[in-house]
Parts: sequence; structure tokens; C-alpha cells
Amino acid sequence: MLSRSLYMPDTAIDVDSVSKLYRLGEVSTGTLSHDLNRWWHKILNKPDPYAKLGESNDRTRGGGSDYVWALKDISFDVRRGDILGIIGRNGAGKSTLLKILSRVTSPTSGAIRVRGRIASLLEIGTGFHPELSGRENIFLNGAILGMRKAEIDRKLDEIIDFSGCERYIDTPVKRYSSGMYVRLAFAVAAHLEPDILIIDEVLSVGDAEFQRKCLGKMGEVSRDGRTVLFVSHNLQAITTLTHTAILLSQGRLVASGPTSAVVTRYLDGLKVDSPIYNANSAPDSPKVTRVEVETSEPNNIHVFGKQLKVRFRVNSAEPVRGLCLSFQIVSSRQCPIVHIWTFDSERPVMRDGGEYEMTCVIPNLRLYMGSYTLKYFLSEPPGGRMFDSVDNICPFEVVMHNHSREFSWQPETCAYLECYDWNISKVI
Amino acid sequence: MRIDSEIQVNQVGFTETRTPEKWDLIIEPEAQWWNIHLRDIWSYRDLLWLFVWRDFVSVYKQTVLGPLWFFIQPLLTTLVFTAIFSGVANMPTDGVPAMLFYLAGTTPWNYFSTCLNKTSNVFIANSAVFGKVYFPRLIVPLSIVTSNMVQFGIQFLLFMGFFVYYLAKGTLLHPNWVGIAILTPLLLMLMAGLGLGMGIIISSLTTKYRDLSFLVGFGVQLMMYATPVIYSISSLPPKYRMIILVNPMSSLIETFRSIYLGGPIPWFYLNISLVTTSVLLLIGVLIFNRIEKSFVDVV
Repeated sequence: MLSRSLYMPDTAIDVDSVSKLYRLGEVSTGTLSHDLNRWWHKILNKPDPYAKLGESNDRTRGGGSDYVWALKDISFDVRRGDILGIIGRNGAGKSTLLKILSRVTSPTSGAIRVRGRIASLLEIGTGFHPELSGRENIFLNGAILGMRKAEIDRKLDEIIDFSGCERYIDTPVKRYSSGMYVRLAFAVAAHLEPDILIIDEVLSVGDAEFQRKCLGKMGEVSRDGRTVLFVSHNLQAITTLTHTAILLSQGRLVASGPTSAVVTRYLDGLKVDSPIYNANSAPDSPKVTRVEVETSEPNNIHVFGKQLKVRFRVNSAEPVRGLCLSFQIVSSRQCPIVHIWTFDSERPVMRDGGEYEMTCVIPNLRLYMGSYTLKYFLSEPPGGRMFDSVDNICPFEVVMHNHSREFSWQPETCAYLECYDWNISKVI
Repeated sequence: MRIDSEIQVNQVGFTETRTPEKWDLIIEPEAQWWNIHLRDIWSYRDLLWLFVWRDFVSVYKQTVLGPLWFFIQPLLTTLVFTAIFSGVANMPTDGVPAMLFYLAGTTPWNYFSTCLNKTSNVFIANSAVFGKVYFPRLIVPLSIVTSNMVQFGIQFLLFMGFFVYYLAKGTLLHPNWVGIAILTPLLLMLMAGLGLGMGIIISSLTTKYRDLSFLVGFGVQLMMYATPVIYSISSLPPKYRMIILVNPMSSLIETFRSIYLGGPIPWFYLNISLVTTSVLLLIGVLIFNRIEKSFVDVV
């Protein structure tokens, strides 16, 4: 026993050439005949006729086969106490990997070996029964997540306390507000004491407080020497919270190693929707025909503090008197952060019709890290007509690359950073 | 394709420490057919009881009449049966009061059919939970069969009420007391096993061939008429008796009725039922075990 603990290997998860094959399209048609056919091939010892090998998972290109490799030959391992980031575009195979890890589905080939108990925060509130009270649901949910009853008994007070729902703990959860519901569910999940914690995009759905709790729990868990797998689209969160990461693309492991290198690799490979907005119809009234955001980096990534340009093309067949153009930079929470405008009375424009280009230069954008979109307004002076307004265009992301401070940058701490100076002197 | 050197380093480290028993969990494609993870089910036994308790509590919380429904439903069915089959159609009830005769049939039959109906859509009904978190899926049908025993218990009390009433009234019944004591729990277990076995086979198949689920309700209805619930074996012409008795439920119902109301126990067919139930249960568990690993991708 002693020798074993001395040689306790520190690999928490070993993923060994895992692949997962999915069938696309309507699943229930023709499967009986497919199954028989496949079975027949199996008897004859021939390869599966429906698995076209080597076809990669690319949503944009229609494959020749109905079967697709959601994951193909993924191998990596995670040491105990590591926080591993998993990044990749939608459909890269992240969720499939998590599903396999949490044993909801099984791999088509390969194996995953795990040391310790896995819990994942994508399971929050699973199996809650609306008619049962909060207390009763703690037991039910805890047992579903793999806790023994005695274990829940022991932690019950702690869980109730953590959830902050003491007053309503004997009320059926169907009467709970959604916030209370999530808090209670999270409290149960947080007390699982897993050796390995999997965190999916949950961070993007909860409210700010909930996100902070999740992140706090993550830090706490990793400090205890436990392992965390963190899947997110939020690159900033990945960079600040993890040291190593893997990048999945079309079901394959494309890169792994230090997070910053993997994130750079990811950004390089991103072919995002162009940040340019083009109006699709021919204008019959004054109209913005094109909006383009020029970010400091390619792929709509803007580094905090650098110059941002917003270029408008405005078109009008007829002369316009007193044209007003303004735009807002709107956060991912749909909260307008910046409003910038230009009026004909200040800078004459469009007095004889035609097409104009109007470029706004923001010398150093002080928006905090996060995702933003634009909303513009084209109108006559107050009391006049509104010509054109479109929102949710030109998405871009602000990152804090090359800006470091003693504390790591946390998402959602503020909307923008002010220029400032401190005067500090000793008074006593 | 660029894989960092770090991964290779890790894999070297991994080969050094490769001793299978040190892993807590190995996730692999498809387990062997015979590996049904009994150990896993045992470690989740608390969940089984919590599910049973949840079913019980939620039924009481949701309805005004609560457990009364368990009385009303079989009572009404029995009254209808008595009126139609005994009153109108004048079918023989072996000289036993019609009410008691039909109750002795419907009480066990209801247990079996509820078990079968409810377990046959386990995958579909629980797909939301199953898609998110792992626990041995067999826990759910097991909990259904167990929690239905509460319902059976209530209906059994109703039956016992009538039974005692008629006994006290001096009606000529021939209860086999030894049989009652030994066979009642055994019959219950057999019905549970049969309902569970058939139910999980169907639920496994419905994940792939959805149209099967429409057949279940209908099929159970038909099966009732192929089972001596509203008639007795002895009232059948001898050439049909064997056909009916091949149905594994028939000998169970017939035995149940015999031990309480008097009559021969069909030992031979009871043994056949035991074998059939065991085989169906085994096949069911194996198929279920096979399907539970991949059904999330299909449903």
C-alpha cells in the first residue's frame, strides 16, 4: 500500500486515441435496414459500410456520407491539479468530448482512463422535481450526481447555507424564482467534492454573481490540488484561468500546450464572419449601405488601448438637410457602452445627395475586454424622420493582450478602463 | 497538425505507470455483452430508493384525492367487469362471487401492466436527464417496478377487504393458506421480473424504432385478453387452455386466484413462467445495457 502511494502517478485523465462517429440526418429512417446491412458486414468480417474513414467534421462542406467523425484520434492527458482549457469553434467536438468524459455517451473507439470522481457543472439541476421541496431535491439531485445519502446528510446544512435558500427550503421548487433554483442546484453541485471538475459554457448563461461563484469554485477546486477541465468560448477567461490548453478543430486535436500559444493558434485559424455590414436592398431613402470596423488585429480582435476605426458608407439619391449619424458600441449583454455622433450642423454632409464615406477614429479604445457589436442611427434633426437604424452588426472582441497587472483580468468586472493618475504622499 | 512536445512527454510518463487497477474509471467503446455493471448499480442503491420515494411523494402531492385513486380505479374496473362479463355476458366465475373473482384477476394484472407500460418508455421519458448525467440507467426501471409495489399494496388491501368480507359471510372459498404465505411474494417477484424484462426490451427497441411505442398500450390491452383475468382457465375448452397458459402471465394470475379462492395450482406452467421470466429478464438487461451506452446519440 505504501509503495503504491509513493508511486502515485499524477495523471488524472488519460485520453487515448478517442474517436466518435455520429450519424447525421433523420435517425429513425432506414436504420433497421442499415443495421441489418452493417450486421451482415460484421458477420462477413468486412468493414462498416457506413463509416467512410478519413472524412473530417466540417459543417460547411456537405460530406458524401451520412456519418461523421465528431472526434478523431484525440489523445492527451491531464495531470492532477492542472486546469486545462479546451477551445475550438462550435462543432469542433468540445461537447462530444465532454459527453464522453461524463459517460453520457461512449466513444466509438479509443479509451479514457480516469483517476478520481468526475463532476461537471453542465449537470446543474438535473433531475429536480418541481413538486418536491428544496430539501428533498437536494437529496434527489445529489444522488443523481453520484453522492451517497449519508454524504448528503452530512453536507446538508452546508449546502442549504451556501444556496442562501434557508427560508424556502421546505417549499416546492416550482415556487422558486429561477435565480433561487440555479443557486440551489449550484450549491449541490459545488458540494460534490469531485477530484475532476468539468466546466462547460455555463459561465455564459448565469448572471454575473453566478459566474463569479463558478469561477471562484474553480479556483478553489484547483487550489485543493484537484483537476479542472474548462471549456469556453470566452478566450479571455481561458487565458486568465488556465495554463495549458488544447485546441480542437473539426474533431481533431490541432494544438496543445501553453494556453497563450494555443489561443494564438486558434485566433490564426479563425475564419470569422466578416466584420463588415452590407445593406442588402437598394436605398430609396437615405441609408447606410456599409459599415466596417477596423480592429487592431485580424479576425475582429481588438487589443485594448489601440486605435479603432469605424467606417460608414451613406447613400442618398436626394439631397438631405441636417443629416445626423450616430452609433453605439453595445456590450454582449446588450448594454450600450459608448455613443458617438456627427451632425450636419457640425460637419456638413450629404447636402447634395450621393454616396459618402464617413470614418470615425477612436484613438485609443478604452473598452474593457469582452464582445461588442454596433448599432447605428441615421436620421434628420430632432423632430424629423428616422431614416435607418440597424443593431447587432460588426461584432468584435476586445482582449487585454499585452496588458498585464498583478491580478489577472476577470471578465465582467467593468465596462471600460479610465485614464488616471495617482498622487500618493505620506501624511503621518 | 502540430502537437506539442509536452503531450509526448506525458505519454512517456503514462506508459511507465500503466497498471490497469490504478484507474478509477475506464471509459471504453462498448463493454462486453455480459458486463452489466452490477457493482455500479449497487453503489447507486441510494438513488434507487430516492426515485421510489420521489414517485411516491409526488403522486400524493399532486392530486387532491392522492392515494384514493389507487382504490377508485381498480374498484371501478372491477365493477364494470362484474356488470358486463358476469351480469350481461353471464360468464362463469368458478362459483366465486364475481367481485372477488375479478379483483383477484385485476389486482395482479394491474401491477404487471403498469410495470410494463411505465418501463417501456424509460429512455424516451428520461432522455433529458440521461443526456446530461451518468448513473446506471437500470436504476430507473428498477425504481419503477419497486414504486409500483406501493400501488399494488394498496390494491391488494382492497382485495383483502373483499376477501375477508366474503370469508366472514361464509361464502364457500378454499384458500390455500400455505400457498398464500409462500407464493404471494414469489408471484409478485415474478410479475415484477416479467414486467421489467419485457418493458426494458421494448424501451431499448423504441430508442431506435420509435413506432414500437405506439404498439405497447395496444399490445398490453390485447395481452390482457390472452390472460385469464376476466375468465378462468377451467372455463375454457381444453384445446385452448394450453395456448393461454403458454403466456407467462397466465399461470401467475391463475395461481394467484387459486391460492386465495381455491383451485389447482398449475405447477408445470408456473415453472415455465419462471424460466420465461428469467430468460426475458436476462435478455432485457443485456439489451438495455447495450443500448444505454449509445442511446443519447439516437434519441
